[in-house]
Order: sequence, then C-alpha cells, then structure tokens
Amino acid sequence: MNLPNPTPETVISLQDVDKYFGDFQALKKINLSVAKGERIVICGPSGSGKSTLIRCINRLEQHNSGKIIVDGNELTDQVKDIDAVRREVGMVFQNFNLFPHLTIVNNLMLAPRLVRNTSTEEARKQAMELLERVRIPEQANKYPSQLSGGQQQRVAIARALCMNPAIMLFDEPTSALDPEMINEVLEVMTDLAKEGMTMICVTHEMGFARSVADTVVFMDAGEIVERNTPEEFFNHPQQQRTQNFLKQILSH
Amino acid sequence: MNFDFALIMTSIPQLLEGIGLTFQLWFLSAILGLLLAIALMLMRISGKWFLYVPAMVYIYIFRGTPILVQIFIIYYGLPQVEFIRESFMWSILREPFGCGILALTLNTGAYVSEILRGGVLGVPKGLGEAAAALGISKVQRFIYITAPLAIRLSLPAYSNDVISLMKSTALVSTITLLDMMGIARIIVSETYAPYEIFISLMIIYLILTWTTQKIFALLERRMNRHTIQ
Repeated sequence: MNLPNPTPETVISLQDVDKYFGDFQALKKINLSVAKGERIVICGPSGSGKSTLIRCINRLEQHNSGKIIVDGNELTDQVKDIDAVRREVGMVFQNFNLFPHLTIVNNLMLAPRLVRNTSTEEARKQAMELLERVRIPEQANKYPSQLSGGQQQRVAIARALCMNPAIMLFDEPTSALDPEMINEVLEVMTDLAKEGMTMICVTHEMGFARSVADTVVFMDAGEIVERNTPEEFFNHPQQQRTQNFLKQILSH
Repeated sequence: MNFDFALIMTSIPQLLEGIGLTFQLWFLSAILGLLLAIALMLMRISGKWFLYVPAMVYIYIFRGTPILVQIFIIYYGLPQVEFIRESFMWSILREPFGCGILALTLNTGAYVSEILRGGVLGVPKGLGEAAAALGISKVQRFIYITAPLAIRLSLPAYSNDVISLMKSTALVSTITLLDMMGIARIIVSETYAPYEIFISLMIIYLILTWTTQKIFALLERRMNRHTIQ
C-alpha cells in the first residue's frame, strides 16, 4: 500500500502525563509525541488506559499532571482554548454517538453551523461531499436508528471530518460492530490514512495496524510498555508483556 | 334510591359554565409551572450547592405536603403577613384566583422539575461528549442535544402531570372560586342530588382527560419519529 510519510513536525506532544480516577491511576508518566501525518495504533488489554489516553488529547478527560500540547496549544482549564483545540481534533467513538434526533445530513451540519457559522447551503454541500467520501450519500435524510452499525460508524467519521480537523482520534471504532461490518469502516479509515491524515487509533484490528500504522504503541496498566514500527512490533516484540498480549490475541 | 338521568343531562350545561375558569387555572398554572420547573431543574443539575440545595428543599416541601394545605396557606395565611399586603404581590393574593394560580404553579413546578431532571439524566452521556469533541460549546450542547432529547424522554411523565394538574384545579373551589367543581357544589346544595351532579362532573373531567391523553400521544409520536416504530 502506498502511504504518505509523516513529516518531522510534531503536532501532539504528551509529557509525563498522569491521570487519576479517584485513587486509581489510569495513566502513569505517559510520554508520546505524534508527528504530522503519523498514524499511530494503540493496543493493549482492557483497562490499560488506551481510551483514557486519547480522551485526554481532546480533554474529554482532564489530566492531573504533566503537559499535553496539541497543535501548539497547551491543554489547560481555559474553556476557550479547549473548544479551539477540539475543532482541530476529530473523534470517533466506539458507540458512534450519532445524535438520534437529527437526520444523517443534519448530524454532519450541526457543528459547522454552530461553531463556524457556516451557511446552511455551504454546510449541506460539504456534508454531502463527505457522505460521498464514506460511500453512503443515499442515507442522508434518514435517522441514525435506520442505519446499520457499520453505516452509522462511517457517518460518525464523516461528522468528525466536517470540522476539517488536522488530527483524528479513533476510540475502538470497530469494537461494537458485527464482524461483517468491520471492513467497510476500516476501508474508510485506510482512505483517510492515504490522504495523509494524522491519526491515533485505539484498536485491536491487527491487520489494520500492520498495513496502515507507522507506529504501534502497546499499553498495559497505565504505562506505555513498548512502541515500534508494525514490522518490529509484531515480529520481534521486545517486552514480555507485549509477547504475552500478542500471543493471546493472535492465537485464534 | 331514585336516580334522575334527566338531571345529569340538564346539569352538564350548567357545570360547563365553569369550564372557562377551569381552563384558565389549568393552562396558566401549567405554563407558569413549566417555567418554574425549568428554572428549578437547571438549579438542581448546576452542580453548585447554593443553587441545588435551595431547589431540593423547595421540591421536598412542595412534593411533601398536600396541595390543599398549600392552597389554604396561600389563601388564608399569606394575607396575614403585613409586608405581603403592602407589596405588589397583594394585587394577586387579594383575589382567590391569584391564590389558586400561585398554589397550583408552585406545586406543579416542583413535580415537573423532577420529571425534566429525569429526562436530562436519561440522555446518553456519549452524545454530549460527541458534541464536545466537535468543539460545540456547553450552552449549545444543552440547547441542541440534551434539551430536545430530554423533552422526548420527559413527555410521557409530563403528560401525567398535566392531567393531574387539571384534576387539582377542582381544589380551588374550596377558596370560593366557581370553577366546575364550585358550581357542582352549589347545584348539589340546591337539589340535594349529589350522585347525579358529581357523575355529570366526572363525565366532563373524563372527556378532558381523554382529549389531553390523545394530544400528548400525537405529540409523542411526532417527536419520536426518529426511532424505529
């Protein structure tokens, strides 16, 4: 597969990030930097802090210490800065989280109209282009509940793209899908990768990681245990915990 | 016992002379009560103790005491207080109608605020997160995502409260108001025919209830058109 190479410019940087839920430490001194155009896949057992990590990047969770810098902005308590950062960072959730009371096209139009004051015609045009891109323009006037899971997730990707984000976060985008629908979503994500989108993706789709990722990160118990190119990561895992994890998920 | 069917038929038009007052009490206190309920609900979910504690105390008092007691306290009790008699409130509280509206509003506001709060809490958290992730502000998230979905979730319980408010309006006949119940009591005292008169009254209330249920059912269906039937 022909994928563009990341540039040396850093767009996301996490420095010694800690995150607690009460007494439980979900993230322990996380250091990670993401280059523009880089595609990172994060994997690890459940409860390892993968989702928490990417939810900290758009501040759906607030980190307790350390520094997170996204696109030159440090994440702090300033509400204005947060909304500005969030416009640059698209997110796709495990459970799609489409707005059930809005049609598909209105799901896509809401944020551009509210946040960027885009005109209705302009927003609709852009929404239709994006639905074209995720290959479901014919569903534009239906409600989310009328679509299959795979279609809903593709809409959710299109909705995130509506704000023209520089970075896309994927939080287990295929985990809630029936097996026959996983591929249609992975294909759309692969298209994005080919266009040079910076992507951080929490997933257990190892085939996707192998073919699309520049870097695979393995997390366990709130720490980054290992990071490497997919080649090295799958063929020569360095750490015992990584080896055990790979043995478990690849044994079937 | 002699049961006079003709009296039922002749008393219904007489009772209907009070339906205007019933409607005024019902609609006015429903609208004012809804506004009060929205304010209370926002206080309740604000997360700030100086807002949610007063709201909780208020709701506890008005849900925890009989509405008849509330009507009596407002009608007989408040005029005893000098500063109320001297304030602008007096023009409302001087009239039994004003007292009735006030009591019904304060009471329904407490119940409806809890109904609305249930609706807000029922909206999946992920939807707010999805909107936040798109850079939509907190206020806009509430207006465009949480509120419309909360209204849909609240509607069945809210329709119950609107019907219960309609029945509560009958209680204001105890403070001299001649709504349908007030008229019924006068006719009974003149004819000594409580069964016929109160049965006529029941028929009217049942028709009102049925109509209200139908209207809310239509509303629910329209608002839930996004869910697969």
